[in-house]
Amino acid sequence: MKFTLDWLKDHLDTNATADQIAEALTTIGLEVESVDDTAKALKPFVVAHVVSAEPHPNSDHLKVCKVDAGTGTLIDVVCGAPNAVTGMKSVFAFPGTYIPGKDFTLKEGVTIRGQVSNGMLCSAMELELSNDHEGIIVLPDDAPVGTPYVDYAGIGGVLFDISITPNRGDATGIYGVARDLAAYGLGELNPTNGYMAPVPSQGPSPIPPLPQQFGPDEPKAIRKFAGRYIGGVKNGPSPEWLQSRLRAVGLRPINALADITNFVSQGWGRPLHAYDADKVTGTMLLRNARPGERLDGLDGREHELDATMCVIADDIGPLCLGGILGGERSSCTDETVNLFMECASWDPQEVARTGRKTGIVSDARYRLERSVDPALTEPGLELATRLVMEICGGTPMDPAISGEDLFPNTVIDFPLSEVRRLTGLELAPERIGEHLTRLGFTVTGSGTTVQVAMPSWRPDVTQKADLVEEVMRMEGVNKVPLDPLPRLSGVAPRMLTTIQSRRRATKRVLAARGLDEAVTWSFISEAEAKRFGGGQPELKLANAIASDLSDMRPSLLPGLLAAVRRNENRGFRDLAIFEVGQVFLSDEPEGQHTYATAVRAGSLPRTWQGGGTLSVFDAKADLAAVLDALGHDIDKLQVVAEPPAWSHPGRGGRVQLGPTNVIAWFGELHPAWAAEMDLTGPVVAFELDLDAIPEARKKATKGKPALRLSDLMPLERDFAFLVDRGVPAATLLRAARNADKALISDVDIFDLFEGAGVGEGKKSVAIRVTLQPTDKTLTDEEIEKVGAAIVAAVSKATGGTLRG
Amino acid sequence: MSLQDDIAQLRSTLTTAIAAAVDEQTLDNVRVMALGKKGSVSALLATLGTMAPEDRKTAGPAINGLKNEIAAAIEARSGDLKGAALNARLAAETVDVTLPVRPAPTTQGRIHPISQVWDEITAIFSDMGFKIAEGPDIETDWYNFTALNFPEGHPAREMHDTFFLQPGADGTRKVLRTHTSPVQIRVMKQSNEKPAAGYLTPPMTPPIRVVMPGRTYRHDSDQTHTPMFHQVEGLVIDKDSHIGQLRWVLEEFLKAFFEVPGVTLRFRPSFFPFTEPSMEVDVQCDRSGSEVKIGEGSDWLEILGCGMVHPNVLRNCGLDPDVYQGFAWGMGIDRLAMLKYGMNDLRAFFDADKRWLDHYGFRAFDMPTLFGGLSS
Repeated sequence: MKFTLDWLKDHLDTNATADQIAEALTTIGLEVESVDDTAKALKPFVVAHVVSAEPHPNSDHLKVCKVDAGTGTLIDVVCGAPNAVTGMKSVFAFPGTYIPGKDFTLKEGVTIRGQVSNGMLCSAMELELSNDHEGIIVLPDDAPVGTPYVDYAGIGGVLFDISITPNRGDATGIYGVARDLAAYGLGELNPTNGYMAPVPSQGPSPIPPLPQQFGPDEPKAIRKFAGRYIGGVKNGPSPEWLQSRLRAVGLRPINALADITNFVSQGWGRPLHAYDADKVTGTMLLRNARPGERLDGLDGREHELDATMCVIADDIGPLCLGGILGGERSSCTDETVNLFMECASWDPQEVARTGRKTGIVSDARYRLERSVDPALTEPGLELATRLVMEICGGTPMDPAISGEDLFPNTVIDFPLSEVRRLTGLELAPERIGEHLTRLGFTVTGSGTTVQVAMPSWRPDVTQKADLVEEVMRMEGVNKVPLDPLPRLSGVAPRMLTTIQSRRRATKRVLAARGLDEAVTWSFISEAEAKRFGGGQPELKLANAIASDLSDMRPSLLPGLLAAVRRNENRGFRDLAIFEVGQVFLSDEPEGQHTYATAVRAGSLPRTWQGGGTLSVFDAKADLAAVLDALGHDIDKLQVVAEPPAWSHPGRGGRVQLGPTNVIAWFGELHPAWAAEMDLTGPVVAFELDLDAIPEARKKATKGKPALRLSDLMPLERDFAFLVDRGVPAATLLRAARNADKALISDVDIFDLFEGAGVGEGKKSVAIRVTLQPTDKTLTDEEIEKVGAAIVAAVSKATGGTLRG
Repeated sequence: MSLQDDIAQLRSTLTTAIAAAVDEQTLDNVRVMALGKKGSVSALLATLGTMAPEDRKTAGPAINGLKNEIAAAIEARSGDLKGAALNARLAAETVDVTLPVRPAPTTQGRIHPISQVWDEITAIFSDMGFKIAEGPDIETDWYNFTALNFPEGHPAREMHDTFFLQPGADGTRKVLRTHTSPVQIRVMKQSNEKPAAGYLTPPMTPPIRVVMPGRTYRHDSDQTHTPMFHQVEGLVIDKDSHIGQLRWVLEEFLKAFFEVPGVTLRFRPSFFPFTEPSMEVDVQCDRSGSEVKIGEGSDWLEILGCGMVHPNVLRNCGLDPDVYQGFAWGMGIDRLAMLKYGMNDLRAFFDADKRWLDHYGFRAFDMPTLFGGLSS
């Protein structure tokens, strides 16, 4: 909300500077968005008397003026304004003055077509006061020459913009801000009750009190409706003081009646609405809108209404959307003669709901949804009546009132110790009482617990903690002394959960292997979600921000692949990225899993040793490294050639603990999918479900099993087997390893060959077996025996034969 | 021979030829033979011009029908052949995925700033005795709003531009959490139920000290707002935790996080539905240069919101507000990262531009610890 220092001073007697006021507002919780001193820029402009204005000898549109700017000498000024005439008063800028509307600084002694000009007579646009550039500003004849124009006109000045939190309806008017500042001790509040005393009525109201027609189960936004018929008004432009007040806070003057409503709304936070009574047909009443009813709003838009929205209607239909927006049909114009002024009390929640539903943003809604002091309903109407009569004349009739206001009337038992309990602040009971009293609370009782009654303008204060906040904001939060949080234990115990530790380790391992960590959107397009097995209706956003961010992701791959494509488009084809993040398999908490997913695209870095083409084994290697870091040896888990849907059917697989407990998938992206996703290079990837990895069994001690080392040298033997092409290497390795578990410590594949020489559909697999004797050196016979066992085991498991 | 016979014969010849085409080249030959300039169907079409108008009426649709039919058959066959070619290629390219892998390269990748700052925050708070708690991104209205004392229809709900999921069968709609505060409820809500998933933090009994980092969502997008962002909240519940301690915790945290000897904080009363009293906190800084310098200067920068847990929230969790009390705070992880490390566009965080990741990312073994320093 915006207000000027001048306007604030209507309600607050204070000598405080703008800086002091800004600091106080910050301290008491009325957040200052900005403080602008517009007067500073306009200070050099003065009121001047145009003593003479003669035609310029060398121009048919310029004039040569002699100007008295209060300096004691007449100044020569060349002026192009058509309205510059002898004897007028206007606004003058001396040479050296910065002209904000033109963004230049006036030069001294300029010659314009042979005539010297020492300054400038200014238009409102040149001062950035309006868009009016029809001519120079015309001032009344009694304007004092030499006085700064801003002081004379009371314009500019310091403009504050504060943001009001949703609980502080009481501070949505300048009077309320002044009340809070006065409570804080920054000055004295000027009571404005005098303007709110009843204005005598001249007779019965032609518009009777508005019936409130609501069914027992219907939502009802209206509480008390107060209206007043004022006959015979003269509308038109409002006086300059009112226009400048409104302009200064960014409100556009419209006509006197509209300006009065804005003035009361801004000044007291009390929204009003002015109807042209002659445009009302039949009976005015309050009811909820009927299905299909519409309102042509004062915002220039047509709004569709529904049965939850309260309207003020006549026989034709809605005139106004209650508490939110007036309608075009009954609006006041310069021709308005008979006025019906509304000042009503509304249910803030209903106003908020209707406001949200219609999306209408208005000054009335802003205040009424935060709640407006119910004690201001009738006084507000009296204030409005008084202003109308002062500015537009007219004959006020009896107020037309229906319904009841709701006063909170809350009284809280307040133990004074609450202040210390919640804040740590030690305050004397008198000090607490003083803060509350100054804020308008009524404190009764004595001793350790007092009774505190709320003022009508603070319905947001309902319990003890609210009162503590009031005391604290008056005292200043920054006065609360710092108090160290005591340690709960000497050395902190483990703070991360298993999944948190896993995520942390996974990220670091993948980065160490050369992959960059990416963070991508949790939502993806519906097409991508469906492609990757998601797209369920319960995982679709009802109000997506964009159509390609509409579905919760079932996999991290779509986001990463899109990132690959973006990088490709920027000229970076070789890419290795990963993400560790949430995927959504259902909308229940247990449907959220953490996946680690890595993608490599393009080719491997090329060196003198040769580069390489990416293969599925690069993805598998990344996966194996992560599993190793999490305590699992991939070779001891089941690696199965069952590719995920996104994989090349012959170049992908999965890692599982058993057929129903799959923890990871890896593969080369299916070429058809790659083409559809507009990816050029080979892409390999793995996905690991970090939630699916079982937690390690708790052991009785942290001790590791005893280490048994042999003094004997290990020895190696090589074997080459001819097996069917389809035989998984894992089967062969497992068979070899298990041939003699005690003696065989390691088995590796060191060569793999297919093609000429081994026969169609066959492959040659060469393995190196490491034997580790434990108690004695092996004899040749024993070595032979192990070799035979290995050959037998492999043959049995794979149907292969030893190559000669 | 009648025109009908000609058409029938041509149809039979061409259909056989199409079916017999074993590759795309052969199929294309058939296409030229039938539909090319000098193709058999084209030739038949050309005869239309010489026919009497009444003959043309019946012959035209018949010949054109044949043309479309043949074109469709070729199209379908082409699709089959392409699919077969792909399948053959896929089968030929099959490798044995159970084979072991080759060694890793020596260049390291980079850790995303969000992860790094997340770890930095974890390092600081775990030293102060805070556990790390988590909750789901998809929440019910109750956890995200109602339990946190956002009354239905209260304008405070407007402060959050909420993403809703499609309504379920019962008409209720879940939300993407707008803040990490629902995790407070999950931690505080006194119950013996085992959480539905391993990542969910089980309820705790006071004294409670947790920090809750996580992903949050609001319907908002510009240079400093993205529809998805990251928050971290803190919660302390005990019998005597008060604002003095809150101020100490935040000051200690910010000093440690920004790695400066001192910070000056300004607490301003504010409003959040789930805390009372509520405050916003500004940190004194120098904004005169291109980067914000914390711990010096004379500007203020809003950095977090905090307050005493609202009595209604404690009640909603089954804790007696006359016995237990505590405080909570929340701040943006992305924002903290931007302030500390000098990025200025939040949107770039989620773009995965390799150049950005390499520039703003962190080395794999620059793991933030208190003993080794948060940043190197």
